[in-house]
Amino acid sequence: MFKIYSNEKIADGIFKMILEAPLVSARARAGQFMMIRIDEQGERIPLTIADISDKTITIVYQVAGVTTHRLTEKKSGEYVSDVVGPLGHATDTDKIGTVCCVGGGVGIAELYPVAKAYKNAGNNVIIIIGARNKELLIFKKELEFLGAEMFVVTDDGSFGEKGFVTNVLKKLIDTGRIINLVYAVGPGVMMEAVSNLTKPYGVKTLVSLNTVLVDGTGMCGSCRIQVGTETKFACVDGPEFDGHLVNYKELKARQSLFKEQENHACKIRGI
Amino acid sequence: MNKQSPTERIKNFKEVAFGLSEEEALKEASRCLFCKKAKCSMNCPVEIDIPAFINALKKKEFDRAIKVIKEKNNLPGVCGRVCPQENQCEGACVLNAKKAPINIGGLERFAADYELKSKPSAPSPKPLTAKQIKIAIIGSGPAGLTCAGDLARMGYQVTVFEALHIAGGVLMYGIPEFRLPKEIVKKEVEYLASLGVKIKTNFIVGKTSLLKDIFEQGYKAVFAGTGAGLPSFMNIPGENLNRVYSSNELLTRVNLMKAYLFPEYDTPINVGKKVAVIGGGNTAMDSARVSLRLGAEKVYIVYRRTENEMPARKEERENAKEEGIEFHILTLPKKISGDDKGFVNSMECIKMELGEPDDSGRRRPVAIKGSEFTMDVDTVIIAVGQSPNPVFLKATPELKLDKWDKIIIDPATQATNIKGVYAGGDATEGDDTVIAAMGAGKRAAKAMHKYLENEK
Repeated sequence: MFKIYSNEKIADGIFKMILEAPLVSARARAGQFMMIRIDEQGERIPLTIADISDKTITIVYQVAGVTTHRLTEKKSGEYVSDVVGPLGHATDTDKIGTVCCVGGGVGIAELYPVAKAYKNAGNNVIIIIGARNKELLIFKKELEFLGAEMFVVTDDGSFGEKGFVTNVLKKLIDTGRIINLVYAVGPGVMMEAVSNLTKPYGVKTLVSLNTVLVDGTGMCGSCRIQVGTETKFACVDGPEFDGHLVNYKELKARQSLFKEQENHACKIRGI
Repeated sequence: MNKQSPTERIKNFKEVAFGLSEEEALKEASRCLFCKKAKCSMNCPVEIDIPAFINALKKKEFDRAIKVIKEKNNLPGVCGRVCPQENQCEGACVLNAKKAPINIGGLERFAADYELKSKPSAPSPKPLTAKQIKIAIIGSGPAGLTCAGDLARMGYQVTVFEALHIAGGVLMYGIPEFRLPKEIVKKEVEYLASLGVKIKTNFIVGKTSLLKDIFEQGYKAVFAGTGAGLPSFMNIPGENLNRVYSSNELLTRVNLMKAYLFPEYDTPINVGKKVAVIGGGNTAMDSARVSLRLGAEKVYIVYRRTENEMPARKEERENAKEEGIEFHILTLPKKISGDDKGFVNSMECIKMELGEPDDSGRRRPVAIKGSEFTMDVDTVIIAVGQSPNPVFLKATPELKLDKWDKIIIDPATQATNIKGVYAGGDATEGDDTVIAAMGAGKRAAKAMHKYLENEK
């Protein structure tokens, strides 16, 4: 059993949970994830690590189905039955020069430890974050605290510049800013758009994939994705891949595999 | 053996085989010739004294029967159900001459079930002398559990590290409920805990801790039973379409996560009406029978050789056929196609014929030119094998592996190239059944004991 320190709503449909998981936090690094199972009936779901302290792990999740909905009902002081990790490769955060960290939606939380690690490694970090609107913008303060150059956009212009993260990135590149690496995490369409943008410029781009997982240890293959000419397992080979090689069509299709089942389960539970 | 009728059982996940009644068990036990040189025992990978336990059954001394079995086998309820007895104890029975070998598996299951039903169970044997020596077992599958149980009985302080949220490994995630009820596995794991074995779930050696951390924490020897947890695919076009699953994924969702109870349980599975299962092993049969129980109307086994070359047990092939699963032999899938939403809608295959024998001694299947045809399917399950789980192996580069990424061991002792580290089961070459893995766990336990005695 793993104790919940806090579980608060930080935006519409987005929650932040701090969990006691000393074995995970002892080895967790930026870019890694862990698996959670709420209880006997619960699904095993992957959650990217948003922050790490001595004994605790912070995760940020978006309510997407029955399991994540049930997670929102957990109160501080209560427990989840299983937490395992850290899983996947940690981000390779050597000093490489200028790194542009791009986050969208709930992915912004996942961007936080990565941007922090790149900064701590001595890189010049530029942060671009975007959300549909002001209400959905998360982790802005935490990222601001890193003291990096930062741009904020919203689709509807309710905060920051109106538009997409790619508009800002394109402007930066076009004005001659040297960017050695782009790191993008967010919805599939966003990562695809970022990769499509940087490819003709030849700017190396890493994307962090959030795929369907069951065990998280390479056992089921449910997270497989075509990267270049090879099929890779996001859980053990990733979750980060060369954004220019990922088959986004496949990535997006896979996300619809259980839509019907999920809708049914939500409906009968009145969610 | 009495079974649920095929028409009934394809609608549920309950155990197919009922097991012997007391009357049947006594009758079967009384047929045993109690050979002095018992070939059955000699062919048991875990060396059960088979005539002795059958003799106890015959005398209605059921408690003693299970005690005799448990002297050698910590998982009798599992073995009575899933061992390929026809190749081992039963295959060696002298009564094969009369085509009527003793149903040893059925008797083992009877003894195990008797104990599980008549709680409180017989008290666990206490270790002879408790030793203050810690041993780590990686993975709680049949190899790891057997090794752990034997070492605990010798008095060692044994901890099993399990990556998943529950112990049992392939017994929990791989073998379906209708062949091996999960309650049986849970109870046999509880029995091991009663011997003093500690089980740490949610702990991945290679991620949560490294092998060197385990030694630093004072463990003096390690057994790696990390299993074959990396599914193989066929590398044909369309394999990443929706509703193409590895057998591992299908079985894990259904067996471990109980997707067959969705939406009462949260984990979904999406299986269509026409399912092709590619492969001819027990896993393929399990996948086909699971698909049927999930509501598929047509389930096909697609195999590139003939039924004679199938690795699946005869009993499982027969069960599958009885349930209406169609066998498409000498058929090789070439391509899986999908609709505009990325879901499977057909599979292109080619017919094969058998040519010259290959390295495995089986006749090599050769494609027949121009015999391509399309199968109308909406779900494809790939059950063509697995390779060792890479997590522990990648995190332990000093461990020597063969070209198939299996851990190289000394077959006599299960010792790896690292001092104090032993391995067995599917992570090594050859141990491809539950009982073979258990035999390896047993050999390792003996060798580890010897090693630790010498290290004193």
